[in-house]
Amino acid sequence: MRADLEIIQEWIPAGSRVLDLGCGGGELLAYLRDHKQVHGYGLERDPDKIAQCLDHGVNVIEQDLDQGLDHFADDSFDVVVMTQTLQAVHYPDRLLRDMLRVGKTCIITFPNFGHWRCRWYLARQGEMPRSEFLPYTWYNTPNIHFCTFRDFEALCREQQLRVLDRLAVDRDHRLGALARWWPNLLGEIGIYRVTR
Amino acid sequence: MPTVFAEDSVGLVSPQVLHFKEPLPLACGRQLADYELVYETYGMLNAERSNAVLICHALSGHHHAAGYHSPDDRKPGWWDSCIGPGKPIDTRKFFVVSLNNLGGCNGSTGPGSRNPETGRAYGADFPVLTVEDWVHSQARLADALGIRQWAAVVGGSLGGMQALQWSISHPERLRHCVVIASAPKLSAQNIAFNEVARQAILTDPDFHGGHFQEQGTIPKRGLMLARMVGHITYLSDDSMGEKFGRELKTDQLNYDFHSVEFQVESYLRYQGEEFSGRFDANTYLLMTKALDYFDPAAAHDGDLVKTLEPVKADFCVISFSTDWRFSPARSREITDALVGAKKNVSYLEIESAHGHDAFLIPSPRYIQGFGRYMNRIAV
Repeated sequence: MRADLEIIQEWIPAGSRVLDLGCGGGELLAYLRDHKQVHGYGLERDPDKIAQCLDHGVNVIEQDLDQGLDHFADDSFDVVVMTQTLQAVHYPDRLLRDMLRVGKTCIITFPNFGHWRCRWYLARQGEMPRSEFLPYTWYNTPNIHFCTFRDFEALCREQQLRVLDRLAVDRDHRLGALARWWPNLLGEIGIYRVTR
Repeated sequence: MPTVFAEDSVGLVSPQVLHFKEPLPLACGRQLADYELVYETYGMLNAERSNAVLICHALSGHHHAAGYHSPDDRKPGWWDSCIGPGKPIDTRKFFVVSLNNLGGCNGSTGPGSRNPETGRAYGADFPVLTVEDWVHSQARLADALGIRQWAAVVGGSLGGMQALQWSISHPERLRHCVVIASAPKLSAQNIAFNEVARQAILTDPDFHGGHFQEQGTIPKRGLMLARMVGHITYLSDDSMGEKFGRELKTDQLNYDFHSVEFQVESYLRYQGEEFSGRFDANTYLLMTKALDYFDPAAAHDGDLVKTLEPVKADFCVISFSTDWRFSPARSREITDALVGAKKNVSYLEIESAHGHDAFLIPSPRYIQGFGRYMNRIAV
């Protein structure tokens, strides 16, 4: 399983109800179902990934996240998960609010644009950072709302959300001592657990 | 030389008939003393009897869903694109049962059958049936075939409503429920279109209050109009535009009202004409009423979540982007209610230009998703 999913699954209590936004091929939900008696649904819009979910017997609902979560009732899930997708939606603030309307807690991961490599790239080249990890040009990218850890935490404060856990990891989702010391500069990916 | 069918065809098939002698009580308060159901099967029932799939048909469908009745048949059954070896409903794995619903006009007891009380055709005296009644009769068919539990009940449009009703009426008797291009109940607009179709039939002078058989007539014009208006709702604006545009059949405009000028007029007339020659007017009325009446949540004050709470089956709900008869939003209502009731459900919203008819057309994405879901079903 993907390393970030490995970390996330530990934060999900056994037997809980989970909604996974941008669930991909359903890896996390299949794991949670098989190992933690979790009942879950994934939202996905990519037809091939949806087909993979069907192969795994994972409940998948074809939906674009930009439609919001109006289809789901308040407090209908214990945990709402969204990995590596926050930066790709049109209204991250609305979606975050919606996630915490539908779920009691949320787990969110996103790339940190405040990482030193991004800063260095921008400072040195004067161009929008590109890397193996984020290979897109600025005009043709699914990632339209990059933020830094500090930006995200400011949004949480504004929405009066509590950050329960925060991990700063590198692109391979390894925990480093350095990233713990100065996450906004040295963490590449943030994994947050947030509640109302 | 024997005709060779395609490798993914079920090949030659023949319908069978079962006679039921136990009276069937109906939602309208009447009952059918005895009745026949005509059905076809494809594939082999396994020893555990755990691989049976029931196909429920839509308004004008019937038991002949796949394969050919004779090597000379021009066309295979109506859902041949989805039933056969290697197709979404794979007959190497599943034993498929497809019937003509009660009230139909393709061999099962219906308005054209002899009424034992009068010795003449039922005609307008045939009782109005509901989706629940159909499911009840289908459960009797399952009993007769020794099928205690379906691996899946599958249907499109009105067939999807029967599948949904199955999951509610007999939660223990199906493991999977596939509801395609359907709705949890009709909208006012849906009912309105049905009413136009019914009025076209009812006001045809050849209808004779439904007893046209005795008069030796057929309300052909009414049926034709009913089908024409129905057919418009099966296509999307785009698919009609693409197929016909404003293309003319004639070289020029005739400035009159009787010429068939636009291609789309010609097409609709052909469809209506063809349909009126093979379908029974009373069956058409009955089918549209069953559609209008379908509303399983009505028994729970309109609460679909509550209605679906006893359901045990896992669901696959499929809709098509340009279907405006039963739009994706209607399928999503079913999906959302299933999520609310904490049931297993997957929902596919297939991009398609073909409107409501898309459920009969084997577009790659549809076949892929439908097939992957069916493939995962344990038998």
